[in-house]
Order: sequence, then C-alpha cells, then structure tokens
Amino acid sequence: MTQLTYSRVNRDLIKTMEPPKKNYYLTLAGLVVVVGTGLAAWLYQISVGLGVSGLNHPVGWAVYITNFVFWVGIAHSGTLISAILFLLRCKWRTSVYRAAEAMTVFALMTAGLFPLIHLGRPWLFYWLLPYPDRGLLWPNFRSPLMWDVFAVSTYLTVSVMFFITGLVPDVAAVRDKATGLRKKIYSLLAQGWQGTDNQWRHYSSAYLFLAAFATPLVISVHSVVSWDFAMSIVPGWHSTIFAPYFVAGAIHSGLAMVLTIMIPLRKLMKLEDYVTGKHLENLAKLIIVTGLIVGYSYIAEFFVAWYSQVPYEQAAFQYRAFGDYKVLFWFMVLFNTIAPLFFFAKKFRTSTFWLLAIAIMVNIGMWLERFVIIVGSLAHEFMPFTWGLYRIRLPEVLITIGGFGWFFLLFLIFVKILPVVSITEIKEEIRHEVEEGKP
Amino acid sequence: MRKAEPGVLGIFARLEPLLEACKRLRREGVQKFQVITPIPVEEVQEILEKPRSSVRLFALIGGMLGMASGFALTIWTSLDIGLISGGKPIISLPAYVVIAFEMTILFGALGTVLGLFWNIRLPRFTLDPFYDPKFSEDHFGLWIPCGALDAPRVEASLRSLGAEEVRFEKG
Repeated sequence: MTQLTYSRVNRDLIKTMEPPKKNYYLTLAGLVVVVGTGLAAWLYQISVGLGVSGLNHPVGWAVYITNFVFWVGIAHSGTLISAILFLLRCKWRTSVYRAAEAMTVFALMTAGLFPLIHLGRPWLFYWLLPYPDRGLLWPNFRSPLMWDVFAVSTYLTVSVMFFITGLVPDVAAVRDKATGLRKKIYSLLAQGWQGTDNQWRHYSSAYLFLAAFATPLVISVHSVVSWDFAMSIVPGWHSTIFAPYFVAGAIHSGLAMVLTIMIPLRKLMKLEDYVTGKHLENLAKLIIVTGLIVGYSYIAEFFVAWYSQVPYEQAAFQYRAFGDYKVLFWFMVLFNTIAPLFFFAKKFRTSTFWLLAIAIMVNIGMWLERFVIIVGSLAHEFMPFTWGLYRIRLPEVLITIGGFGWFFLLFLIFVKILPVVSITEIKEEIRHEVEEGKP
Repeated sequence: MRKAEPGVLGIFARLEPLLEACKRLRREGVQKFQVITPIPVEEVQEILEKPRSSVRLFALIGGMLGMASGFALTIWTSLDIGLISGGKPIISLPAYVVIAFEMTILFGALGTVLGLFWNIRLPRFTLDPFYDPKFSEDHFGLWIPCGALDAPRVEASLRSLGAEEVRFEKG
C-alpha cells in the first residue's frame, strides 16, 4: 500500500460514496421488492396463523430457526476480523474490517427478526424481557432461550457501538470534504471530531477496550445459541461439543459471507488497491481452518453417537446421513468440508472466480447444516409413534428469501452513505509501512 | 459554548517536523498546546507525557456493575416468584452465570463508550475555530494558545521548524 498517499486514500475512499448510477437504483428496487414480498408473506402468516408454514408436530423449529442460527453465525466472523484480529495486530484486517463489521450489524438485524417471525403471536415478543408485569411473573432465567435473548441483544448493542466508534474519525474526514446538506448531516454524525491529541488518547483506549469486550462475544454468543439445542434431551442435539462446533461453523459461514460480499464490492467500487488478492487469500486460509474444524466436528458427532452405545443417538445420526434429509446432509458435507479443501491449492485461493464460488458453496452448506441439525433431529425423536416429516411451504420460502434481501438491502444502503474501508486505519497502515521501509 | 482563546496555528505537511516542534515546545516548558493529526500517533502521546486515559476505569466500573446487576436481576426475580421449576434450586447460579456474563460485556462496553464521550466532551456541534479541514486528510496541526503580542515570535519559530502554513487566530 506504500504507493498510496494520504490524500489519495481520502479521495478514493470518499469517492465510493458518490451518487450512484442507475444500476444501483435498479438493484435497490429489486431488493425492496424481495423484502416487500417477504413482509407480505409474514403479514399473511400473522393474519392466518402459523399453520400456513410447514411447522407442525413434531417439527416445531424449522426454517425460521435455521435462518436465525445462520444469520447469527454470519455475524461472528465480522467481530472476529474487527476485534480479535485487531487485538492480535493482524495488519491485513485493516482493509476488510469495516465491511465485515457492517456485515455483523446487518446480519444481527436480520437474525433478530426470525425469532419474532417464528412466534405465533409476534406482538407478545416483549414477554421475553424482564419487566414487572401484572401477573408478577418473571422470565425463567434457567432457560437457554432467555440466555439467547440476552446474548443476541448484547451482541447487537456492542457491535453497533463498536461499529459507530470506529466510524467517527472517518465520518469527520467525509464531513470535511462534503458540501451543503451532506456536510450538515456528516457534521452531526462526526459529533465534533477534530483529531486532537486528547481525543486520540481517549479514543485509542476506548477502541481497545471495545475490541476486548467484543472478543468474548465471538465465542460466547454462538455458544449460547448452540445451547438452545444442546440443553435439551433431543438425540442429535444433546451434545457437549455443540458450543465449539457452532462457533467454528459460525465463523466458517461468516468468512464465506465476507468473501461473497467483498469480491463484488471491490470490483464495483474499484477498491482493488485496498482490498487486494492478498486479503482475499488470507480469508481463504482462515476458511480452510474453520472448514477443518467443522469437518472434525461432523466426524466427532458420529463417533460419539457410535461410541455412546445409546440406540437413540445412533438412530438419530443414522437418520441424519441416510434418512429423509440425506441429500441435504451430503451436500452439507460436500460444501462445508470438501469444497474449502481446494483452498489448499494456491490456484484456487488466488482466483476470484473460485473464491466466490467456494464461498457461496460454504454459505449454502452452512445454511443446510443448521437445517439438517434442527429439522433432522426433531423429525425423529425417541418414539417412532411421534415421528414426522417437515416440508417447507411457500410463506417460509418467501420470508427466507426476504431475509437475504433485507440483509443485502441494508448493506447496499451502507456502501453509499459510509466509507466501506476505514480511511483512518488505511492511513495508519501506510505510515507503518513507510517507516518499516518495506513494500 | 466555550469562549475560544486566541493562538497560533501551524500546519505541517509531514509528521517528523511536527514531532520535532512538539519536543522543542516541551523542552521550552510550554504546557498548553494541542496536536491535531489525521491518525493516532503514539509518539505524540509519548512526547506530551499525558496520563493514561481514564476510559479504562469506566470500562472496569461498567463491567463490574453489569456483572452485579446480572446476578441481582436473576437472583431477585427467582426469589420473587419462588417457584421451583425443573427440579432445580430456586437460585440456579450456573444458569445465571450466562446472564451475568452477557451483562458484564454489555455494561462494560456501554461504560467504555460513556467514558470516551465524557473524556473528550463529545458530542459537540461546533468545531474549534482553528480547525482546518486538511487535518482529516493529510496535514498535521499544532495549536499554541498565545496572546497577540507573542504571536509574531511563535509564528516565526513555527516557520523555522518547518510549518507549511502559519496563522494567528484571534479567537
């Protein structure tokens, strides 16, 4: 990045926020239609009842919860990149962290919708909050579902604060270049940031602490989500490895989503000088690691089922691999564990096409993993008498697609109103590189 | 709004002369001056020898408050209902650890942000009169509060230290 100067960084990165072209508005309109369709499907579900979805006994948790777990998982790698890699002083994080952090916030805003959509009476969602109600009842804090409410809402709040704090100096840079109404808006957002020594002194300290607070969330939030399942006695769910298994899977899918977003983004925004092939390659290397952990967890699950000699556990895993959802299961194995192995070859890590293709495969695979675990276990519990089959119905399909639309819609709006690459940190990076005298 | 004080602003195109100027000011015993940079510069903090930011204290207090309130909330509400469920003790601490943990993080982070805002007196909606938009791009500033009488001397020495642009702000 040494060929870059401060003013060029300023120019290039603020340029990404210029008024968009026609294609942008077309994409935006398309996404609004997708989200609108999902919303209509949800309204239909609310007015008619949860019966319009495929949810029924015994499968009461299905696509909505799959989406919830999937999107919370997507959020995790954003925090991994922005907080953990910050504390570890990984330099390559600089170029991608802003987009990854935005992804965290938007993924959580998507994830948070699904438990509500999943409720039969969504207008009563506030029963989950600890407030003194008329019946003098309090939430049951022994329930993992309550832990989940606290974990996810904490995660969203902390991520938003971390995201906004990181933005302040950048918004000030945007403010100083803007004119007219834009200048007024960005002045308000920059909150009077000037970059004085006193401001930087407290800012650097606060940023470090926010990173430190966000770090345990990477590990804990998906652990808590996994306990929604692991604390029950359902065969295939009741497992001690669920927490690390889910966290690894979360980061696996999140890294893939970062690639899925970054590759088109850097092309459209002409950010090739900032997000280089090296960055994408490093993300791919991380995907190898998480892919191997996920693969190991798959094997460990089957091993434990066999070794336990518990017939229910064995039956659950036999059903998972060879039962009604076997096609989904084998696609999951293929996409999550076999496909990332190609990244061992440099040819695949450095080709944008393959990076994107494998990233999308991992995304699909991780969605399938959540589905297979959730639905596959509920469909075949202990008694054959209560076995059942779940099939997705149209409202669920539309709402799921609407969820994806919502996420990409938020992201599309973000890329035009805020700098997608941190201006300040890129400048810092340039300074360090100049001083170290290496290219 | 605070009344702005008069002073001299030196704008530097490069960091090294600015750091030199800071060192010299410190040597000469000038206490009150501000350095404005587009990026955080550790050397500036080292030269100025200011105490460590008190944000960490806010973080600590926030975190502890969060943990205490997490346990307080769960324990108090369980006692308030007093209903045994699932054969577990009314105060099931292992389960409450999760809530207390999440609230530690939440309050700790809230405390950090509060500490940041408190310490740097943000948000504010006006900038100091000496602020130049170039400071957020690629220039470095040195602001030395001084009266109109001292100004020519300060201006001259800033120029000799390599300031690209020097100006007096009446405040």
